[in-house]
Amino acid sequence: MKISKFNIALVGLGLVAPLVLYPVFLMKVLCFALFASAFNLLLGFVGLLSFGHAVFLGTGGYITGYLMMNTGITPELGILAGTAAAAILGAVYGKLAVKREGIYFAMVTLALAQLMFFVYLQAPFTGGEDGLQGVPRGELFGFIDLSDNMNMYYFVFAIFLAGFWLINRTVHSPFGQVLKAIRENEARATSLGYNVNDYKWVAFVISAALAGMAGSTKTLVFQLASLTDVHWHMSGEVVLMTLLGGMGTIFGPFVGAATIVSIQNFLSGGELGNYIHIIMGIIFIVCVLAFRSGIVGEIQKVIKRNFS
Amino acid sequence: MSADSSDYVLETQNLIKEFKGFTAVDDVNLKVQRGHIHALIGPNGAGKTTVFNLLTKFLTPTSGRILYNGDDITSMKSAAIARKGVVRSFQISAVFPHLSVLENVRVALQRKEGNSFHFWRHESVLDNLNDRAVELLDSVGLADFADATTVDLSYGRKRALEIATTLALEPELMLLDEPTQGMGHEDVDVVANLIKKVSKDRTILMVEHNLHVVSKLADQITVLQRGAILTEGTYEKVSADPRVKEAYLGVAADESEEAA
Repeated sequence: MKISKFNIALVGLGLVAPLVLYPVFLMKVLCFALFASAFNLLLGFVGLLSFGHAVFLGTGGYITGYLMMNTGITPELGILAGTAAAAILGAVYGKLAVKREGIYFAMVTLALAQLMFFVYLQAPFTGGEDGLQGVPRGELFGFIDLSDNMNMYYFVFAIFLAGFWLINRTVHSPFGQVLKAIRENEARATSLGYNVNDYKWVAFVISAALAGMAGSTKTLVFQLASLTDVHWHMSGEVVLMTLLGGMGTIFGPFVGAATIVSIQNFLSGGELGNYIHIIMGIIFIVCVLAFRSGIVGEIQKVIKRNFS
Repeated sequence: MSADSSDYVLETQNLIKEFKGFTAVDDVNLKVQRGHIHALIGPNGAGKTTVFNLLTKFLTPTSGRILYNGDDITSMKSAAIARKGVVRSFQISAVFPHLSVLENVRVALQRKEGNSFHFWRHESVLDNLNDRAVELLDSVGLADFADATTVDLSYGRKRALEIATTLALEPELMLLDEPTQGMGHEDVDVVANLIKKVSKDRTILMVEHNLHVVSKLADQITVLQRGAILTEGTYEKVSADPRVKEAYLGVAADESEEAA
């Protein structure tokens, strides 16, 4: 990422945001933004639609939650462990999934994710339907108390920046060039001598790891790891966030996640709370029919048309 | 046999591909001589593209062997065959439409750099390949378009870009699948001259419908019909063969007029 004025302004905005807005809401946005950005690495830059990405979010969450409750480890190690667990699961699932293309890839990822859903439903350490409640946030590096929301916010913000930077770097790396080539014309990439499945697999593992990191962080924020995060609804939600914001754009998933989380927060408080799924469905349909490039994608088009 | 393996870059032995209930490639023994431009012609559905797909393992042969420089490559994977020096093009122009023209060539150059899995490094490490990429673009007359987005190029230029990308791999054997298909007269001549130019120091096997191009370029022609080799030889020999006229030339003459 080039250090532009725009990026500095965004980071500055992120630093002052909790003074104006409710930190827990902001942390939720950041967690989902990271999750959607990780997902977008696969969908937007390799052209792979994973329909089971919730399993990595949830795995990160459960592992971090369990370790925080049952061992005395510090939160940064808890998050690293959750991220590593998601990466390992991603390595296994990715190996199986990248052999298939298109709708079959989506189906394989969905099936594998459902498999883990039932494991987490039955396994004793996840708390089944209740989930893991009251996960302690702990003390960062052993001395910064994260039960304070402001401390927690800046920790989450740092994690988000690190994850977001890595995604950005991956997209703009020699590896990212090959990924884009595969997305554009897979047969041609093969005929240039690239073992495309190996590249897809590495991208899958990076994406799974960062989705896990988002889940681990989210578990600390809400002090909860539950089945919601591994449910296929969540896999669908991240597709919606990414499409709404603009797949294949760097900031699209962030904008999409912020929009969806805001709408959910707004609706769940009021009378329309019961209709939340219908409203989400309508947004999805409008998005697909009217502005396929998503919010950021459409804005980029307008800029391109008028300023270049 | 040792004499054979140095004369022929590519050889197939009893190559057969069967799809359900039908034989697309029927016992083909193809020999491509080093340094030649070898054309594979035949009416639609004769199995030309299927042969290409078998040679590059985009399809797996039902039986038979494929030898490259005397080595059996029948069981190798597509990408590995490409790394050995057999690089193909496709019937529909195979470019990366939303990368820049320069990036298209650079992706091909990049593989040998050994940093293609480095996701933590900035893509500017690839800039040292830019000079070579521009050189390649220049050799096909595209140097002025280096920064254009590929999707905006004309069809003929996309094909030229594809050839530049293929050349970046310095292939010993280039397989071109209908390089002039769907082009107007001027583009056809440009691409034909380009093929002639790049054929120095390498071998080219091409599927081609345009007999004008074939007569101009090919040292050796193999005619396929219903998956089997009908005849082989120089353009003069093949075009004089009454069976070829019957099977192919009449049809092809109509087609090339349509294409024009």
